[in-house]
Amino acid sequence: MKIKVIVTLKNGVLDPQGKAIQQTLNGMNFGNVEDVRQGKYFEIEVKEKDEKKAKSLVDDMCKKLLANLVIEDYKIV
Amino acid sequence: MRSSVIIFPGSNCDRDMDVALKKFGFKNQMVWHNDQSIPKSDLIVLPGGFSYGDYLRCGSIASKSKIIKSVIDFANSGGLVLGICNGFQILTETGLLNGILQQNKFLNFICSNVFVKVKDKENKYFKNLKKNLLELHIAHNEGNYFCSDDELKSLEDNSQIAVTYCGADGTENETTNPNGAIKNIAGIFNKNKNVLGMMPHPERMIDKYLSGEDGSLFFKNILDNFK
Repeated sequence: MKIKVIVTLKNGVLDPQGKAIQQTLNGMNFGNVEDVRQGKYFEIEVKEKDEKKAKSLVDDMCKKLLANLVIEDYKIV
Repeated sequence: MRSSVIIFPGSNCDRDMDVALKKFGFKNQMVWHNDQSIPKSDLIVLPGGFSYGDYLRCGSIASKSKIIKSVIDFANSGGLVLGICNGFQILTETGLLNGILQQNKFLNFICSNVFVKVKDKENKYFKNLKKNLLELHIAHNEGNYFCSDDELKSLEDNSQIAVTYCGADGTENETTNPNGAIKNIAGIFNKNKNVLGMMPHPERMIDKYLSGEDGSLFFKNILDNFK
């Protein structure tokens, strides 16, 4: 089963790459872009048929490795 | 004093560290990341570099490698653990040190000499150090130290801030902050001050003809405090 995870920086944590992307977009005449936050996306193939179990496993993976909870939030989608 | 330098795939300051430690009289051994145990040591060094290609987050993969459990046990039993640059990043990912090293504020890789101010001398690294300012070298893309307000307060309250970026005259402000680190932090301790992580490389400052000698002071001081 494939489980998808999105990891993003927490609100309030400086995202210099997002800022650079926003400024570039503004410079390309996308003047209405007010903010960009960059994140990471994972597709994790888990050998597990029960969706609840698979998601709970991935939740553990997020806490232990995929996200650093000092600055990042994760969302299993 | 016996030391061990851990080598991860992608470490690139391991041999510089070996040369520096031996120059001042440490009995140093190199330890591969896939080993289970560390030879008897008084100091463990996690060197600079790009362990595991900086994949996922700098230091995150190395912080789960086989040898790390021994490093954590050693640190928890009071042993001296020093992480330089990528080694600092690994230490924050293991949880031995608070916070995280984020990408530099202006997105540039910084390679230059900097001055750092020694903020605490009640520890085995800086005790009796004759200088308060050291000129060291930094080379990193992710040195922008960040932690929560609560963690910062706790670092300050327990004097866990080890070194901060400053000017040649000791001024600490935005212009003497190369990477955007919170409070100009260049290095911190754990609560017991046996674990030190810092971005600057003392091993690159051990020769008066090539660089400078403030790194020499740092290593000699650790040895003197051990005696």
